Formats: sequence, C-alpha cells, structure tokens
Amino acid sequence: MRILVSLVAVVALYLLAWVGVGVLGLRTLFGTVLPYAALALFVCGVAYRVVRWAAVPVPFRIPTTCGQQRSLEWIKPSPLENPHTGLQAFLRMALEVLFFRSLLRNTKAEVRAGGRLIQGSSKWLWAGALAFHWCFLVVLVRHTRFFTEPVPWCVNLLAHLDGFLQVGVPAMTLSSVVLLGALGFLLARRLVTGQVRYISLPADYFPLFLLLSIVATGLLLRHVVRTDLSAVKEVAMGLVTFAPSPGEGAHWLFYVHLFFVSVLLAYFPFSKLMHMGGVFLSPTRNLANNNRAVRHINPWDYPVKVHTYEEYEGEFREKLKTAGIPLEKE
Amino acid sequence: MYDGGKVVFGLALFVALCTSPLWLSVARGGGGAEAPPLQMPAPAAGKCVRDGEWMRNSHMELLNSWRDEVVREGKRSEQLADGRVIEKSLTKTCLGCHTDKTQFCDRCHDYVGVKPFCFDCHVETAGG
Repeated sequence: MRILVSLVAVVALYLLAWVGVGVLGLRTLFGTVLPYAALALFVCGVAYRVVRWAAVPVPFRIPTTCGQQRSLEWIKPSPLENPHTGLQAFLRMALEVLFFRSLLRNTKAEVRAGGRLIQGSSKWLWAGALAFHWCFLVVLVRHTRFFTEPVPWCVNLLAHLDGFLQVGVPAMTLSSVVLLGALGFLLARRLVTGQVRYISLPADYFPLFLLLSIVATGLLLRHVVRTDLSAVKEVAMGLVTFAPSPGEGAHWLFYVHLFFVSVLLAYFPFSKLMHMGGVFLSPTRNLANNNRAVRHINPWDYPVKVHTYEEYEGEFREKLKTAGIPLEKE
Repeated sequence: MYDGGKVVFGLALFVALCTSPLWLSVARGGGGAEAPPLQMPAPAAGKCVRDGEWMRNSHMELLNSWRDEVVREGKRSEQLADGRVIEKSLTKTCLGCHTDKTQFCDRCHDYVGVKPFCFDCHVETAGG
C-alpha cells in the first residue's frame, strides 16, 4: 500500500506533465514558471530549515565516539573517531560527508539456528549509497553544459571521461548506468528485506521512485527519443538569462524530465532529503569531544537562587552554638 | 542562531552554487540563449540523404551504422527512397554539401558540449 501510493503519485506526475505539454502545449508553465518556482522553493526552503536547526542550542558536546579520547600523554588518542580539536572534527566530518563512514560501520544482526545471535558487518548499504550519491553528483555536474555558454572545459572533460567506453552514439555514460543500478538496489533493498520493508514509508519510496523516473526519462531522452539538444539548451539558457524560451523543438518527454526535477527540488525541503543540509548540523558528528578540557556554559542557564551552607550557618549561628554543633567559622 | 558565522558561510556557499549559472551568465554578459545559426548548403547541392528534422536529432545513428556497414561489411553505397544512389561517406557525401565543419557540425556540438570522435580519424575538408 505504502509502495503503491508512492508509485501512483509518480505516475500521476508523469501524466500531468504529459497532458500539460504533450496535449495542451503548456510549455511556458512546465518549462519556465514551474522550474523557477521550484528552484526558489528549494533554495529558500533549505535555508529556512538550516537556520531553524542552527537556532537550537547545543550546550554540551555530545559527539558519538568510538575511539580513545585524548587524555594522558602516554595514552594514544584516536583523533578521527574521537576528535579533540575543531580541525579533527572537521576532518571527521569531511570523511562522513564524502565517504559516509558511519554507513561503513553498518552491522547486521541475525538469529541463527539454536537462538544464537550473530552480528556481522554489512557493507551493501554503504556501497549502494556511495555509488548513488557520487554518480548523482557527476550527472548533475555534467548537466551544467546546458546552463553555461560556453561550456566550461572541466564539464566537457568530465563528460568525455564518463563516456570513455564509447558504447553507442551518443556514448553511454557510466555515471547514469551506475546511478540507475544503485537506485534499483536501494529500492530492492526496501522491497526485499522484510525488516526494512516494515519500517519503510511513502516518504522513503516516493523519492526513490521520483529519482528513478528522472534517470529513466533522462536515459530515454539521450538514447531512445533523442530530442533536439539545441532546443533543450535554449530552454535552460532562457532560464539562466531570464529570457525564457518556449523550446518548441524539444520533445514533450523533455518537459516530463524537467517537471520531475522541479518536483524533486520543490519536495526537497519538506522531506528526508534534507539530510543534505542536516549532515552538517548533526551535533553527534560535528563537535569536538572536549567536554573535560573546555568548560561549556549552557546558554539557557538562568540564575538559580541558592542558599549556601555559609549563609545558613550565619543565619542560625546562635542556635547552632547553643545546641553545641561544631561550626565552620567561629 | 548558534555558530552563526559557520552556518551563514555554508548557506552562502549553497545558494551561490545553486545559482552559479545565473552569476556566470551575468559575468559573461548574457548570451547563449539562442542556438547558433547553422550554415546551410546551397540549394543547388540538392536534398539531404535523410529528412532534415530526423537528421537534426539522429544523424549520429546514421553515421554510426554507415561506419559499421562500410568498415565491417564493405557495403559502400546505399540507394535512397527517391532513387538516388549515394556513397556512405562522411568525408565525401556529408562534407560534400556541408563544406565547412566549423560552420555546421561544430556549431551545435560546441553549443551543447558534445565531442564526437568522427574527426579523430576523418579529415575535415570535403572530398579528402
């Protein structure tokens, strides 16, 4: 059911764009208005959520650590697992953001015959996630050829390397194939593994189906439909130069592709995809573990009215003396 | 906001990256919103071997199949639907009409950032 809802939503989006452009010819709406609106929503929405997160105080250092903290000189510390300085925390974050180190440590628990609990390393999620994210980045960077004129040499070089197998014309790019495979794996993981399927929600399936649709329409446009790329670039450059182009030469499937991307951008700030910004703001990752070396003042501490023993003794001095109770100060 | 400096720096970087094509376009003085014009062959050159619209999107498929048929099967000529017999040759047939590669092929390829490997082997002048 949760799978079906997400699938129906993506199919409905596809039909919407197909009817909108293929039948009604609303090229300006799907090619100009919606992309602008989606980009604005994406940028403002992500910024808003990041600012909201940053407004939450983190009074104490709460990093999750798995290595020796810096202590005595002759005990070897583990700076990446248990950073002591800002720089070490930065390096730890860099490894987390670029290589998903916490996923690498993913383990799997299984009850074997006789009720024995087995725990083992499970690297598949890490491998799938790494493949997906890096390929998505490469595909994204390759797409800047549509948004820049002239195309930067580095983008051309990346596209050249990406298609170096020279399979077919236009050359099949490795990144899109791996991207499709990785997305397929991440979806299959949710569908096949019972425990993961049990905790999967429409919010998990929908982005996967949406991304799969984006990749599928992109591959179709490149290898099967083969739309007029000049017309596509005219639409993209029209957006960049604020001189929108109707893109009459572009195939309707291009507008479906563009609409899917617009939906992804607009949906982004409301969804779990916000982990893109959230990973940088994780207090269990981005803090140096120096609770014992540096004093951290809680920003919401308010002055508490206290009655010290010294004051107490002063208040009841005579009575205490009479009762023969020893005093701190005579 | 806590750690305001770092958060604002990160957000500024994010917004700058997302909108970088806009700034780059402004810095380069706009332009590029229209595909460059192609230098079409003189009408005397006759009709193209395929429909123009189809060629615009799928000429690479034709060239690729020509390459395979000529190099691997030795079939050097083709009879078109209108009866003409042509030689399957990029250099002789295609460049025979579209004489200047820089004014025709390169225009679109450079615009959309495509680097075909045809001219890794083929000479660029017609009739070579």
